[in-house]
Amino acid sequence: MAKMTVREALSQTIRAEMERDPNLIILGEDIVGGNGTAGGPEAIGGIWGMTGGLYAAFGPKRVIDTPISESCIVGAAAGAALAGKRAIAELMFADFVGVCLDQIYNQIAKFRYMFGGRSKCPVTIRIAYGAGLNCAAQHSQAVYSMLTSIPGLKVVMPTTPADAKGLLTTAIRDDDPVMFFEHKMLYGETGEVPDGEYLIPFGHARSVREGSDATIVTCGALIGAAANAADKLAAEGISCDVLDLRTTSPLDEEAILDSVEATGRLVIADESPPRCSLAADISALACNKAFSSLKAPVEMVTAPHSPVPFARELERAYLPNAATIEAAVRKTLAYR
Amino acid sequence: MRISRDQLLSAYRRMKTIREFEERLHQEIATGEIAGFTHLYAGQEAVAVGICSHLGPTDYIVSTHRGHGHCIAKGCDVKAMMKEIYGRRGGLCKGKGGSMHIADVSVGMLGANGIVGAGAPLALGAAVAARMDGEGKVAVAFSGDGAANQGTTFEAMNMAVVLKAPVIFAFENNHYSEHTGVSYAVGAKDMASRAAGFGMPAHKVDGCDFFATYNLMADVVAYCRAGKGPVAVELDTERFYGHFEGDPQRYRGVGEIDRLRQSRDCIKAFRARALSEDLVDSATLAAIDSEVAALIETAVEEARRSPPPVAADVLEDVYVSY
Repeated sequence: MAKMTVREALSQTIRAEMERDPNLIILGEDIVGGNGTAGGPEAIGGIWGMTGGLYAAFGPKRVIDTPISESCIVGAAAGAALAGKRAIAELMFADFVGVCLDQIYNQIAKFRYMFGGRSKCPVTIRIAYGAGLNCAAQHSQAVYSMLTSIPGLKVVMPTTPADAKGLLTTAIRDDDPVMFFEHKMLYGETGEVPDGEYLIPFGHARSVREGSDATIVTCGALIGAAANAADKLAAEGISCDVLDLRTTSPLDEEAILDSVEATGRLVIADESPPRCSLAADISALACNKAFSSLKAPVEMVTAPHSPVPFARELERAYLPNAATIEAAVRKTLAYR
Repeated sequence: MRISRDQLLSAYRRMKTIREFEERLHQEIATGEIAGFTHLYAGQEAVAVGICSHLGPTDYIVSTHRGHGHCIAKGCDVKAMMKEIYGRRGGLCKGKGGSMHIADVSVGMLGANGIVGAGAPLALGAAVAARMDGEGKVAVAFSGDGAANQGTTFEAMNMAVVLKAPVIFAFENNHYSEHTGVSYAVGAKDMASRAAGFGMPAHKVDGCDFFATYNLMADVVAYCRAGKGPVAVELDTERFYGHFEGDPQRYRGVGEIDRLRQSRDCIKAFRARALSEDLVDSATLAAIDSEVAALIETAVEEARRSPPPVAADVLEDVYVSY
């Protein structure tokens, strides 16, 4: 075990996988950085500082610094994957999915199916997502709900340094396309990370807190808020079962339903807007498959149906937090 | 002439196979037996074959919604293609893709594509893969004049130049972007000069002249294989049918298609030149014609008899593992 940040865990995992698999390429804007400048290659090493040193270690055929061309970053990763390689594509901000959605939605998600199972498309698309840095409406979105709805994609969201390593390793080695969501507010989180080979299978939620009075299902940066809410309620003798989904596609239905059947009360905390969201999806799941266990209506704690605002006060009002999650738990408990 | 007799006959067989495949589909689609959208390649055969004659199974192509010709030229199994278009379980893609998504990665055919302009980035990726292998493999992005106007195609051309990737941008100018004329939809003088603006060599050729296309592409493919970077080629060609089967083609001039079939038929032109220059004899061509006709007949018969998929197949092959 070694203590490190999420950023360090991701960076080390990328490098380890590049060393392990000569068939693996990585491409994106500024992942090398500095090309064509006085600073020279590797002046940047990725805007999140996770790809420094790769260019020197693995060379320009495998570490591909691209122009600002998201459709081509994803498209080239997909084409290389169809041609037998394995690719990591970095999109900087999750919002830029809007620029290259065709390549994600109509191409990589559908190749295997359209081609009758005679191809695979092992591409991991790394995207930094989420609000909290006052980056406003086009650099702050949590677009995982939209992508979770697309058949053919896997959607992954690590929250701890250990999960960052275990889930990214699994993503890179997976033969299906993976949307790998990295929350900007979690890059600096520290924690213990297992040494050596460490893979976490997709579709298995992580238990953050065990409890019997209410279930809180969440993912990404809201794990911390949910844990804080649970801790505060625990001081009053209210115990919450908090689940970190880790992956929203595949979804660990069993863990959700087992918990809901035990507690009878469900709160879902989701950073995306509410309509057709992860929260709505899990709410439907619980109503459908655990209806007789429910003792209260399912509570959805989500962002509002609005773009992400800029000003600090507005962004704070936009995001779910420990207080809104706590209030939702109290509401389900008060229901008679 | 830089083409051997064997290559010439092989090219003729492929062009003829594409033509017969498409002419037959035109008839069969009218019966209502084949579902969905079909876009026929008849008229453009010399483009696909003139280019793919220089490619091996380890080279890559990415195709368009009008992809049957590219598939046949690259070596996809004709009978399995026909089954796919009929929506059969034994089709090349198990009936999951249909006409617009035929693919066979085992022969380097990375897919027809229903999204106009989606292919060029994919071909660039295949070229990035080819460059890693260092065996001189190349990738061809077939794009129509419609795709030539998509931003994705521009991005791919720029990035191919930046990365010096072995990709050939083949712009098939059949003069119609769906139902709109190229003189309206392409703002530049032509596609080749626009491609040249991205910093790569760009050529124009009469894509109805197999010999001119074949000769030019010999040099273009050799240039790419040598690692000198991307090349663009604009090929002037003709579409004998509508944008899709069932298109009433009200945008066509009076008698236009008859005129094109008289004066711009690449297969007629091929025969005329090959025979007048004694490159082949007519009996040999006639023998190929009958073999192709028999192949297409068998392909249709087998496709008709072939069983459809079953409902449970819907959920197969969404993922490798889930």
